[in-house]
Amino acid sequence: MKKAAGSLICVIAIALAAAAAARIHGIQAVIAIGVPYAAFAVLLLGLSWRVIRWSLAPVPFRIPTVCGQEKSLPWIRSNWLESPHNTAGAIARMALEVLAFRSLFRNTGSRLEQGPRLVYREAKWLWLAAIAFHWSLLVILLRHLRLFVEPVPKVALLLARLDGFFQVGAPVFYITDALILAALLYLLQRRMRDPQVRYISLFTDYFALFLLLSIAVSGVWMRYFARTDIIAVKQFAIGLAIFAPAAPKGVGAWFYAHLALVSMLAAYLPFSKLMHMGGVFLSPTRNLANNNRAKRHVNPWNAPVKVHTYEEWEDEFREKMVAAGLPVERP
Amino acid sequence: MANPKPEELVQIEYQPAPRDWMDPSVEFRKGTFCYSALAKNLNYLGLPNPREWQPLDKDWKLPPNWKQIVLDGMKERLEKYRSFRLFMDICVRCGACADKCHFYIGSGDPKNMPVMRAELIRSVYRRYFTAAGRLLGPLAGARDLTEDVIKEWFYYFYQCTECRRCSVFCPYGIDTAEITMIGRELLNLIGCNINWVLEPAANCFRTGNHLGVQPHGFKDSVDFAVDELEELTGIRVDASINRKGAEVLFIVPSADYFGTPHYYTFLGYLALFHEIGLDYTFSAFASEGGNFGLFNSHEMIKRLNAKVYAEARRLGVKWILGGECGHMWRVLHQYMDTMNGPADFLEVPVSPVTGTRFENARSTKMVHICEFTADLIHSGKLRLDPSRNDRWNVTFHDSCNPARAMGLLEEPRYILRNVCNRFHEMPENTIREQTFCCGSGSGLGTDENFEMRMRGGLPRANAVKYVRDKHGVNLLACICAIDKATLPPLLEYWVPGVEVAGVHELVGNALIMRGQKERTTDLRGEPLAEMEAAHA
Repeated sequence: MKKAAGSLICVIAIALAAAAAARIHGIQAVIAIGVPYAAFAVLLLGLSWRVIRWSLAPVPFRIPTVCGQEKSLPWIRSNWLESPHNTAGAIARMALEVLAFRSLFRNTGSRLEQGPRLVYREAKWLWLAAIAFHWSLLVILLRHLRLFVEPVPKVALLLARLDGFFQVGAPVFYITDALILAALLYLLQRRMRDPQVRYISLFTDYFALFLLLSIAVSGVWMRYFARTDIIAVKQFAIGLAIFAPAAPKGVGAWFYAHLALVSMLAAYLPFSKLMHMGGVFLSPTRNLANNNRAKRHVNPWNAPVKVHTYEEWEDEFREKMVAAGLPVERP
Repeated sequence: MANPKPEELVQIEYQPAPRDWMDPSVEFRKGTFCYSALAKNLNYLGLPNPREWQPLDKDWKLPPNWKQIVLDGMKERLEKYRSFRLFMDICVRCGACADKCHFYIGSGDPKNMPVMRAELIRSVYRRYFTAAGRLLGPLAGARDLTEDVIKEWFYYFYQCTECRRCSVFCPYGIDTAEITMIGRELLNLIGCNINWVLEPAANCFRTGNHLGVQPHGFKDSVDFAVDELEELTGIRVDASINRKGAEVLFIVPSADYFGTPHYYTFLGYLALFHEIGLDYTFSAFASEGGNFGLFNSHEMIKRLNAKVYAEARRLGVKWILGGECGHMWRVLHQYMDTMNGPADFLEVPVSPVTGTRFENARSTKMVHICEFTADLIHSGKLRLDPSRNDRWNVTFHDSCNPARAMGLLEEPRYILRNVCNRFHEMPENTIREQTFCCGSGSGLGTDENFEMRMRGGLPRANAVKYVRDKHGVNLLACICAIDKATLPPLLEYWVPGVEVAGVHELVGNALIMRGQKERTTDLRGEPLAEMEAAHA
């Protein structure tokens, strides 16, 4: 619990520091302009650096984890998705993995009962929370485009319309706001309550969750409760986007906290496990086709090794082979 | 010390102790680890730091600069394997893999959760190779590399059978086998390895097979099998060795001609090839398809595998056929062509009996015996009497590697449905790509490791128990030599009354051979069910 409490304190401290600093004239501009620019520079450079680093490491062997029937005899139906035999299949498999979290969907829970009897039950909550969180995050990010771009892109408007489908409240309530909070809270309580997951959790695991949660909470608070001046926010955001930044006026402490937390997330992401976002695409057990015997995979560093040759072998055993009537190369 | 009883072993505590996992101390308790590799085996293979030592010793006699060796080894592998670097970086510790590991289910030891097994190395990676780890230490999940960490690695990387079941469930496809393989490579650099891996590897390097059978001994075994098959069927088959100009080179795991029940499968192969008139030869040099190099290092895989293509070239065969073996097929399917290919001196495999061209093996030029036999049956080239297997009520255990490395799922099932009348699947969470390991793979199948093997094998055995109790299953068919060696004691321990057989033993039983005498026994020499009924 110490890890969870510690990371929560860190996150709150960041928010409070930003809110407090924003009251000090002169520092305001640093918090509103300097920090976000610096954070996004770190994000872009860090992200590229990490992905380039992975890409530079070769893939010496083709090691897909095969989850379905191979393509072998023509009358046996192969599973082109779970055991792709060509690049198209591998792309489809990756798409299913990235968009629908296919592997996580398989999740089961095992329990040892009297007997002994091992029972495996469906365990889809983790998948549901994960998919709800990630898709909500994407929709929310795209919705934010309306603050940065004028005229507002159609996709942002459309998403906002769909997201506000229920037409409840003023301002209109967004479904994703509720989903992301619910999903994050589920993931957090799972991490704290499940004894196995608690055991494996690091400080940084809680930190990432609290950071995301605090961003969502501050955003929701501004929209529905503090009613932050949206015009001022938009002016400020467009200023950032077109590199003509000016500190916002009259947006309040919650806004500064929100902005600082988002900046923290951006700067932290390249150094954290959140890099799974880019890494998943490069995973050699998922993004390669199971066509090993049909198409040779080349290892760029395939180094020579010391082998035991047939000649050396025959030299050692020749007499015994001749006595046993086995053919030899040099009688 | 007596082995614990099943009812004692099954008292498993899944609640992790409150101790922080970063504490590396491990208690080496007899029955839960494998003995160290003998110096003579390391010497024969030219591996570092041969010496007398045991895991129970306080001083492991590591080389003075062991820490630098391990860290340099990590750096080299981070640059050579994208898998390793990526898997060090992207785990989010969601825990989906936790209860997918047979060793975790069977032991409750939290460090047997696949995520933890990887964290044992990841924590060191963070400490020495990432900015966050260097700066923040334990806060970022980083810890120092100490001798205790080496001992912990040894304990847990030799408590993983590289079965890859967790990798099926991981949202990023993180493959613990890859991490264990590299973990073992790092241990290997400072001479911390186990004899049950290194002795077979040394044997294989010298004689051509894990058991150390010399060429004349190999010939004796094959001759003996030919005699035995003649006694059982009245037919004398021809099984040539090192014959140049044969069409096909046939390679099996060495246990097939030296172990039981593997041996009955070997008889099955001989009967089948005779019946279809296959022009094939064995090689006394490539007398092993299995490859314990897979459990030691990538370099050793290549060293031991080189003989397969070398012999195919020397003997001038057209293509290669491989017998029933699990990890052997991981190597043949995923590594051989890359390491020792291209096999451009061979031809695309074509079944001489059916004319089927094995397009899926057009580069490697090596076909799995189950693919070959399924094609024979489908083409109606075999006369089969499944009632000869009527004393068996059969289930099929997918061996880890043919399932998760190859996707060889339907071929063996198709064969089984044609050669026996009673077949029942185990529960779906325990077969096909979700199959559970025997618990003794990757070189852990040794007697001193008995307790851990029984623990690791619990999920597999428990699924067998389910079909035994529900359908009266009394035979577990499989296509892996390690399975055939280690499942009989496992089943005897957890589910008495279920025996183990290879798929081609059942093929051999059912096969009606031209010119055969009246068959009164199966390949085990035991009376056929109908005979038993007639006598009753």
